[in-house]
Amino acid sequence: MLLSIVILIPLLGAWLPTALSRALGVDPARTAAALAATSLALILSQAPDVLAGATLVSGWSWIPTAGLNATFRLDGFGLLFALLILGIGLLVILYARYYLSPEESKERFYGLLLLFMGAMLGVVLAENLLLLVTFWELTSLSSFLLIGFWRHDADARRGARLALMVTGAGGLALLAGVLLIGHVVGSFELSRVLAAGPVIKAHPLYETMLVLVLLGAFTKSAQFPFHFWLPHAMAAPTPVSAYLHSATMVKAGIFLLGRLFPAFAGTETWFYIVSGVGLTTQLFAAYVALFRHDLKGLLAYSTVSHLGLITLLFGFGTPAGAVAAVFHTINHAVFKASLFMAAGIVDHETGTRDMRRLSGLARFMPWTAALATIAAGAMAGVPLLNGFLSKEMFFAETLQVQWLGSRYWVLPLAATLASVFTVAYSTRFVHDVFFGPPPQGLARVPHEPPRWMKVPVEILVGLCLLVGLLPALIVDPLLRAAGGAVLQGPLPEYSLALWHGFNLPVLMSGVALTGGAIIYFARRYYFGLHGYRQQRYDGRTLAEGLVALAVAGSRRLVDGVANASLQRYVLLLLLATLGVGLVGARGLSLAPIAALTPPDALAVALTAALAIAAIAATALHTQRLLALVLIGVVGLVVSLVFVRFSAPDLALTQLLVEIVTVLLLLLALYFMPAESPRESSRFRRVRDTMVAVAVGLGAGLLAWALLTRPFSTIAWYYLEHAKPQGGGYNVVNVILVDFRGFDTLGEITVLGIAAVAILALLQELRLVAPQRDWDGRPWAVERHPLMLRVLARPLLPLALLVSVYLFLRGHNAPGGGFIAGLVTGTAILLQYVAYGSDWARERLPWNYSTAIALGLLLATATGLASWAFGAPFLTSTFGYLHWPVVGEFELASAMVFDLGIYVVVVGVVMVIVGRLGALSGSGGRGT
Amino acid sequence: MEALFAIAIGTLTSCAVYLLLRARTFPVLLGLTLLSYAVNLFLFASGRLVVASAPLTDQGIEHFPDPLPQALVLTAIVIGFGMTALLVVLALRAIHATGGDHVDGGER
Repeated sequence: MLLSIVILIPLLGAWLPTALSRALGVDPARTAAALAATSLALILSQAPDVLAGATLVSGWSWIPTAGLNATFRLDGFGLLFALLILGIGLLVILYARYYLSPEESKERFYGLLLLFMGAMLGVVLAENLLLLVTFWELTSLSSFLLIGFWRHDADARRGARLALMVTGAGGLALLAGVLLIGHVVGSFELSRVLAAGPVIKAHPLYETMLVLVLLGAFTKSAQFPFHFWLPHAMAAPTPVSAYLHSATMVKAGIFLLGRLFPAFAGTETWFYIVSGVGLTTQLFAAYVALFRHDLKGLLAYSTVSHLGLITLLFGFGTPAGAVAAVFHTINHAVFKASLFMAAGIVDHETGTRDMRRLSGLARFMPWTAALATIAAGAMAGVPLLNGFLSKEMFFAETLQVQWLGSRYWVLPLAATLASVFTVAYSTRFVHDVFFGPPPQGLARVPHEPPRWMKVPVEILVGLCLLVGLLPALIVDPLLRAAGGAVLQGPLPEYSLALWHGFNLPVLMSGVALTGGAIIYFARRYYFGLHGYRQQRYDGRTLAEGLVALAVAGSRRLVDGVANASLQRYVLLLLLATLGVGLVGARGLSLAPIAALTPPDALAVALTAALAIAAIAATALHTQRLLALVLIGVVGLVVSLVFVRFSAPDLALTQLLVEIVTVLLLLLALYFMPAESPRESSRFRRVRDTMVAVAVGLGAGLLAWALLTRPFSTIAWYYLEHAKPQGGGYNVVNVILVDFRGFDTLGEITVLGIAAVAILALLQELRLVAPQRDWDGRPWAVERHPLMLRVLARPLLPLALLVSVYLFLRGHNAPGGGFIAGLVTGTAILLQYVAYGSDWARERLPWNYSTAIALGLLLATATGLASWAFGAPFLTSTFGYLHWPVVGEFELASAMVFDLGIYVVVVGVVMVIVGRLGALSGSGGRGT
Repeated sequence: MEALFAIAIGTLTSCAVYLLLRARTFPVLLGLTLLSYAVNLFLFASGRLVVASAPLTDQGIEHFPDPLPQALVLTAIVIGFGMTALLVVLALRAIHATGGDHVDGGER
C-alpha cells in the first residue's frame, strides 16, 4: 500500500504544480519539491527495516488472468534506486528553479519531471514484471516529453524522437522477453522469477529470453550499438540531462541487469554478451568523449562509457562484480549529476558550452571551478574520492575473471586503456574550461551563479568526498542491503578500505592517471584536439534514414491504393472479399447434406422473373427511368418470394418499402441526368462483368451451401413462448417488440439518426430545380393530374384506417408498428404527389422530425417503465379488455413500444421523402 | 427449390456488383438496392424455406417457418430504406458540390 502511494504521489501529482500555480500562484518548484519530499520521507520510513535485510512485498491482484498484478517490492536494491531517484530528483528540482528562464513554462517542466519520477519509481519498486514493463514504457514516453521540452528547437524534437524510438523499441523487446519469462517460470512475480534462476538458465529458450531482455536493458542504458540516442538527447535542458543521465533513465537498464541478475547471470552466454557489450561501450565511448567539444557532449559519452563499465561488471557474473557494479552505480549517479549541473552553470553564465571558446573561468567563478574539479576527479578515479573506490574494485574484478583462460590479460588491459581515456577527458573538462588564459569573445562577463543554484552541486560534491573518505560509515549499509538484494544470497567478502597496500589495481590506477594526463596534454599540442571535426554519420543518420524510408514507402503505398476513387475502392473491396471468401471456402463440399424441397412451377416462374428483371435493369442501366422501373419489378418479386415462403410480415414490409424507395429514387432522378453516359471502356466493362459474375457465383454457392446444410434453430423457443410470455400469436412481431425489443430500439434509433443526417445534408442544399430535364425537354405543364387528385383525397382516411387496423392486429396477425407506419407514410406521401408539397404541408402541418424524437422517447419510456415495476429494461406485460362490439381485446405494454416504432417510421418516411419532394417543389417552376 | 433460391441470390448479387462498379451515382444507388435484396434474401434463407405456412401460432399450423430471421430481415428492410435515402441525399449533395454525378467527384 505504502509503496504504491510512493509511486502515485509524483505520478498523480504531476498536474499539481500547474494547478496550484494557476489557482494560488504557488511556485511550481515548491509543489514539485513537496511531492518528491513526501515520497522520500515515506521511503525513508521503511529504510531501517530494509537496511536490516527485509524485503517488503505488497499489492493486490489486478488482471489475474493475464498474470498482471499491482504488486510492489522494496528491497535494498529498490531502496537504493528510489533514494537516487528521489534524492537527486529533489536536487534537480531546486537546480532547475534557477536554470530555467522566466519565460519558460516551469509548470510544464515540473509536471513532466514528476511524471517521469513516478514512472521511474514504478520501475524500481515493481514486483510484477509486467507492471515493471508498463512503467518502463512510461519512462520512455515521459522522457520523450522531457528531452523535447524545448519544442521550438528542431534538434530537441529530433533528439526526443530518436530516444523514444530506440528505448521504445527496446521496451517492446523487453516485453517479449518478460512474457517468455512468465511462460517459463509460470509467474510474473519477481520473488518467483528470482528464485527460478536454475530453471531459466536450463531452459531451451534461455538465450532467446536473455537477448530480448538485454535488448531492453541495452537500449535504455545506451550500450553500443544503441548508444547513439543519448548524445542527441543532450538537446534537453541541462537539469533534465542531469536527472535522466545520472540517476534515472539510463540507469533503468542497469537496474534491470541487477534485478534479473540471479535469474540470468553466471552463464557463458551472459558473460560474453553482457561483458562484451559493456567493454566495447566503455572503451569506445571513453575515446569518443575526449574529442567532443560540447561540454554536455563530453559528459554524454562519458555517461555511455561509465554505463559500459557497470554493464561489464555485471557481465562478469560474479557476486563481487555485482557489488562493484552497484557501488559504481551510486558513485556515478552522484558525480555525474554534479558535473551536468556544473556544465549547466557554465552554460548559464557564459552562454556557450563549446570548450574551444571557454577558458580560464576559474578566475570568474572559483567556487564552481573547485566543485567541478572535485567531481571530475571523482569521475577520473582520483584517490580520496568516491570514484576511486569503485574503480579500484573494478580493476580488481577484471583480474579475477575466469572465462577467458590464458587470455586473461585482455580485460585488465582494456580496462586500464578505457580509464586512461577517462582521465584524459576528465582533465580536458576541467582544464579547458576553468584554467588557462581568460576567455575571448564571450557575450557577457561570467560570474558565480545564484547561491541556491550551487547548493545541489555542493551537496553532491560533498557526497563524493564523504563517500571517498568515509566509505564504511556513509555508504556501506546501503551497499550491503542493495548488493544482498541483487545477489539474493550471501554477500562476497569485500573491503571499502582506502588503502589495500601496493597491489595491481593501484598500479592500474596510477597508469591510468598519469597516462590520461599525458594523453590530454600531448594531444592538445600535437594532435590538434581542438580542430577535430566530428564525424557526420552516426546511428542517428541510420535511424532517421530508416524512418524516412518507412515513411516514403507507406506514402507510396497509400498513394497507390488510396487514390480517392470510389470505383477503385469498391473494386478492391470486392476482390478482397472474394479472396477471403475463397480462402474460407477451401474444402467446402457442395453436395447437399440436408433433404431438399422439390421445386414447383411457381418457384421457377418467380426465379425467372427476378433474374430477368435484375439482368434487364443492369443491362439497361444507362436509361435510368427504365432501370428504376425494372428495379421496382425486382422488389415486387422479392415481396412475392416472401409471400411464397411463409413470411407475410416481410412481404408487406418489402412491398411498402419498395413503393417508398422507388418514389425516392424518382425524386432523385429529377435532379440527375436521365441517362448515364456510356463512358466505361470495353476493357472495364469486361473486367467488371467478370468480377460481378465471380462475386455472384460466390454468393449463390454460399446460399446453396447454407440451404443444404442440416438446420438447427432456436425457433421453438420463440414459437412456444410468444403467446404465454409475449401475449401475441404473431411470433415475428412479438420478437420485434418484446423478445428482441432492445435490438429494435437500436434499429429505430439508427433510422432516426439517418433522418437527422439527411436533414443536416439538406439544410445547406440549394439545388436549382431544373426548368427542363437534362436532355433539354421542358417538363410537363400539368403537374398534378386530375385523376390522381380525385383518388388521393378519399384514399387518405381509408389508408389511415387500414394502418390503425394493421397496427392493432400486429401482435397476433401480420402487421405492427413498422408496417402500419409505412402505410401511413405512403398515404401521406400520396397527398404530396397529388397536390404538391406546399398544399399538403399546409393541411398536414406536422413537424415530422419532432415526431421521430417523440417516437423514440415513447419507445424508450416504455422500456424504462418496466424499471418502475422492478423488472429489467423493456419487460412487457399484457392483459385483456372486453370492448363492446369488438369483443375481447388484448392490451400489451409492448403495444406502446410498437406505437413508438410506428411514430418513428412515419416520421422518417416523411422527413426523408417529404423534404426531398419539397426541394423539388420549391424550385424555379413556381407551384 | 434450394437451387432456385441460390440462383436468385447469385443473379441479384452479380447484377448489384456490376452496377456498384459503375461511375455514376444513380447506377450505384440501384446496385445498392439490388444488393440489399440479395442480402435480405440470404439472411432469410438462414431460416430455410418453408412453403404455405406462417409464423402465426393460432392458425393450427403444423410446420412453422423460423420467425427469427424474419424479424431480423424485417428491420433490415426498413433500415435499408434509411440507408438508401441517406445515399440519395449524399448523391444530390455531390451534384451540388461538384456539378456532376460521377462517383469520384469528376473524371479521373
